[in-house]
Amino acid sequence: MQLTLEFGGGLELLCDSEKIHKVNVDLPNGAAADDDFTMKHLLSWVRTNLIKERPEMFMKGDTVRPGVLVLVNDCDWELSGQLDTTIEEKDVIVFISTLHGG
Amino acid sequence: MEASEAKSKRAGGSRLCCICNKRRPVLKRPKTLQQICRECFYEVFEEEIHQVIVQNRLFKSGERVAIGASGGKDSTVLAYVLSELNRRHNYGLDLFLLSIDEGITGYRDDSLETVKRNEVQYGLPLQIVSYKDLYGWTMDDIVKMIGLKNNCTFCGVFRRQVSKHSLFTQTFIIPIIFCFMISSLIDFLKALDRGATLLKVDKLVTGHNADDIAETVLLNILRGDIARLSRCTSITTGEDGPIPRCKPFKYTYEKEIVMYAYFKKLDYFSTECIYSPNAYRGFAREFIKDLERLRPRAILDIIKSGEDFRIATTTKMPEQGTCERCGYISSQKWCKACVLLEGLNRGLPKMGIGRPRGSVNGDNKHTKAGSTAKSIESKQCGSLDF
Repeated sequence: MQLTLEFGGGLELLCDSEKIHKVNVDLPNGAAADDDFTMKHLLSWVRTNLIKERPEMFMKGDTVRPGVLVLVNDCDWELSGQLDTTIEEKDVIVFISTLHGG
Repeated sequence: MEASEAKSKRAGGSRLCCICNKRRPVLKRPKTLQQICRECFYEVFEEEIHQVIVQNRLFKSGERVAIGASGGKDSTVLAYVLSELNRRHNYGLDLFLLSIDEGITGYRDDSLETVKRNEVQYGLPLQIVSYKDLYGWTMDDIVKMIGLKNNCTFCGVFRRQVSKHSLFTQTFIIPIIFCFMISSLIDFLKALDRGATLLKVDKLVTGHNADDIAETVLLNILRGDIARLSRCTSITTGEDGPIPRCKPFKYTYEKEIVMYAYFKKLDYFSTECIYSPNAYRGFAREFIKDLERLRPRAILDIIKSGEDFRIATTTKMPEQGTCERCGYISSQKWCKACVLLEGLNRGLPKMGIGRPRGSVNGDNKHTKAGSTAKSIESKQCGSLDF
């Protein structure tokens, strides 16, 4: 599915200094057509395909590193279930790191 | 119709904003766990800061206030919100942006470009001060000399002591770059050459947020620095010095500052200082972030604990005197900035770092027997260094 991913707060440095990535993400292998594609799958996809260096700056375990904010269609992912948030066609997901000087 | 309904169901559930009950929520506040919409978020964010300013009597009408601006998220939002509140509630303040150039290539030069843009965007005049002009050393020079450990000690001390010199209370000098926390002027004469303008400052505001202060409380506990622990939660510091400093964002969560900047599309610079990964504060920050995930309220609670700490009467606290070399407030014979500078100028970069050995003015040779005989308890508060 077509998605737009944005990286801010310094995270763009981990993805070749590109802030905006328009990507085409395939459903994970073995997933049935009815399975929802969630943030959990997306994060794993991003780590494999977009993060070129220092993945520990972006993720910790299964989820994002504490201090990284996630917005799905301009909405805090805490409202939609964090890792369980379902992702749909044409969604815009923004990752902003807060871990830098102010 | 169905698709967008499904989307909004997914986004905020079928709930509405807790406050207005009209709009779709976009944020879950860590402070209160409320789900609120964009407009209500702007309102509570700005109103809470206004209340902090009013209840703590941070400003007086007519004051000339410098906003420590680094181009980063906190100082950008601070500049925006403060100038907005100044207008809306008629604080009567004369605001301007103050920036410091520590001389860190690739970090500070880029962030200063952002501050220059802020100057235009918010209509606030900008003044810049540099470590090179003030101390004769840039951070890059310092790191070349001392290596990658303890850089933050130098930077932080130099930064805070800028205001000690009459620069700010009396006169001039100017195009110097400021750090986002005011630093002090040591080399008055050099600065004179650069022309002068009257730079009178009554107060300095910085963008330290709740997360920063909680980290500092923890850091001081971890280091056994009781003297700092007793001061670090004060919303205003340096009232007995030349320029008081205050932190209107003391109770504001970092997450909310970033979300505010994002929704309002405020321009800020976000690269980590290249020397910071080696700083001890990083551990406290990591811990605080993990804690916030489990229990967001912890950040404010740590600050509350810090505010309510009382020091046992039997604890020996360092006495406040003045530095013999420059006259700044100091609990030792020489203030930290003078010790560090002397070390740099003499090619003794470790001076002022680590446990104190003998007097600063005397020789640096010490008898090993003497120093190992001291126990931890006999050390003065705040004199243990890592």
